[in-house]
Amino acid sequence: MDLKKNIGAYLFLVPAFVVLLIFFFIPFFQTIWLSFFDYSKDIYSPNFVFLDNYFELIKSPLFLKTILNTFYFLILCVPFLVIFPLFLAILINQNIKCKNIYKIIIYLPVIISIVVVAIAFKWLYSPSGLLNFFIEKFGFSAIGWLSDPKVSMISVALVTIFKGVGYYMMIYLSALMSVPKELYEAAEVDGAVGFKKHMLVTIPHIMPMIALVSTISSISALKVFVEIYVMTRGGPLDSTKTIVYYIYEKAFENLDLGLASAGAVILLFVVMGFSVLNIFVFEKDKYKV
Amino acid sequence: MKIRIKNILIHIILILVCILSLIPFLWLLSTALKGRSENIFAYPPVFIPKDFTLENFKEVLRLVPIVKYVINSFIVAASTVVLNVILSALAAYPLARMEFKGKKIAFFAILATIMVPFQTIMLPIYIITLKLHLIDSYSTLAGYLGLIMPFAVNAFGIFLLRQAFLTIPKEIEESAVIDGCNSFQIFFKLLLPMIKPSVALLAIFTFIGSWGEFLWPSIVLTNEKLFTLPVGINNLSSAFSADYRLVAAGSIVSIIPIIIFFLALQKYFISGSTDGAVKG
Repeated sequence: MDLKKNIGAYLFLVPAFVVLLIFFFIPFFQTIWLSFFDYSKDIYSPNFVFLDNYFELIKSPLFLKTILNTFYFLILCVPFLVIFPLFLAILINQNIKCKNIYKIIIYLPVIISIVVVAIAFKWLYSPSGLLNFFIEKFGFSAIGWLSDPKVSMISVALVTIFKGVGYYMMIYLSALMSVPKELYEAAEVDGAVGFKKHMLVTIPHIMPMIALVSTISSISALKVFVEIYVMTRGGPLDSTKTIVYYIYEKAFENLDLGLASAGAVILLFVVMGFSVLNIFVFEKDKYKV
Repeated sequence: MKIRIKNILIHIILILVCILSLIPFLWLLSTALKGRSENIFAYPPVFIPKDFTLENFKEVLRLVPIVKYVINSFIVAASTVVLNVILSALAAYPLARMEFKGKKIAFFAILATIMVPFQTIMLPIYIITLKLHLIDSYSTLAGYLGLIMPFAVNAFGIFLLRQAFLTIPKEIEESAVIDGCNSFQIFFKLLLPMIKPSVALLAIFTFIGSWGEFLWPSIVLTNEKLFTLPVGINNLSSAFSADYRLVAAGSIVSIIPIIIFFLALQKYFISGSTDGAVKG
């Protein structure tokens, strides 16, 4: 009976585990394995060099630059993506008309492919494009949105923000619905209104959600790729080259599989820090055995 | 009175945000509708085309097989959805409902996959896909499979459906056992129909994700016949970068299907039940 029961459970699990084995577990260990080999001299007969690829990466100014770029990008996006969607969610959660229309329109960029969003922004950013028209109209000089290394990363971050606001707003909205109405009434009795009411009631109640949005938006910032691939290809002067872009370039353009894998393992460690926080702290109820 | 002023202010802010959300696409649409005689770099910019034409749309549809891209994207997204629903539901059931040896190991193995981003293991996945001959240079079917299989199941789907199974009262199952049903009957006839809302959520978000996926298809695809929309549109944007009217027209055409899909199923997106769709 016991064995029969076990076999039943295994039969249900097998299909998913076969797929995960082939397309997740094997590739995962292979990434680590590949990172110990030097492919740069001859791709068909790599040398085992153990940790040399890691040392090479740490000493490489370009790789360090991609790490700095990635964190710069994270700092540009994450605070905005944590705060602004919450502000919008609080506004929409008020007793107002046309709620659903606002939700639909603000959510629209989320469902549209990032490739098309990036193409649309590339057009807005063109030297004599719409954005520069407004900039000049307000008396400033035109900005080289994608050609000036000083602003290129900000331009990329704007695209990521544009695409993300609706997504995080909906996450906050579902959290706001769970705030008990009585809490607001109690706060009103105590004389708290408007902004103060939200600082006292809303924010503390949805703090776990704010923490969750911080980690998931950080993780997606660390993985940024498509915006950059479509708009700048890492340029100008490597100013928008991020870790994933570096891995992509090494793996699929330079065919330096060892360095690419070592870069991937480093990224993996950084992302895992955030994921562990998510799984074992912020969402621990969802992931309880 | 004070409340009315407050509400008007809220509406003004939200309308501004909505305008900002739409402008990039409207500007693309405006560019796509401008004829050859109209300067698309005109200063000041012109929003309503003076030389209004649908010529750019006809031209881009003639030059680029966008309809083919749409069909490819649809085949890939629909297959990914079907596989995800089946595999996630099957795996979620024992994790929620059965006691068996190795349950903890299975649980944490799946959980571990959440922590590893696709981007960090895409190179070995590519090598394995090549070794399995799941590449479009072997056959069309192999090409599709190569696009679909790495995304056939993921931990988020499994955990979403596990949560759904957990909310079903145990008594329902127990009475079915007394009636003589086995695990498979209970699963297919009794429990699966009860978690329909979560299955719908999983299906919709998997579809959107697969439809917009760019990185993996751009790595594996070599044959233009199998291009999905994002890959095809990116290709179009570099091929016709000299004429943004065509790039804009192609981009606009490419987003029509997903906008229809979104509007038809909008209640799932805006109901606030997106909780399970939170992805890291």
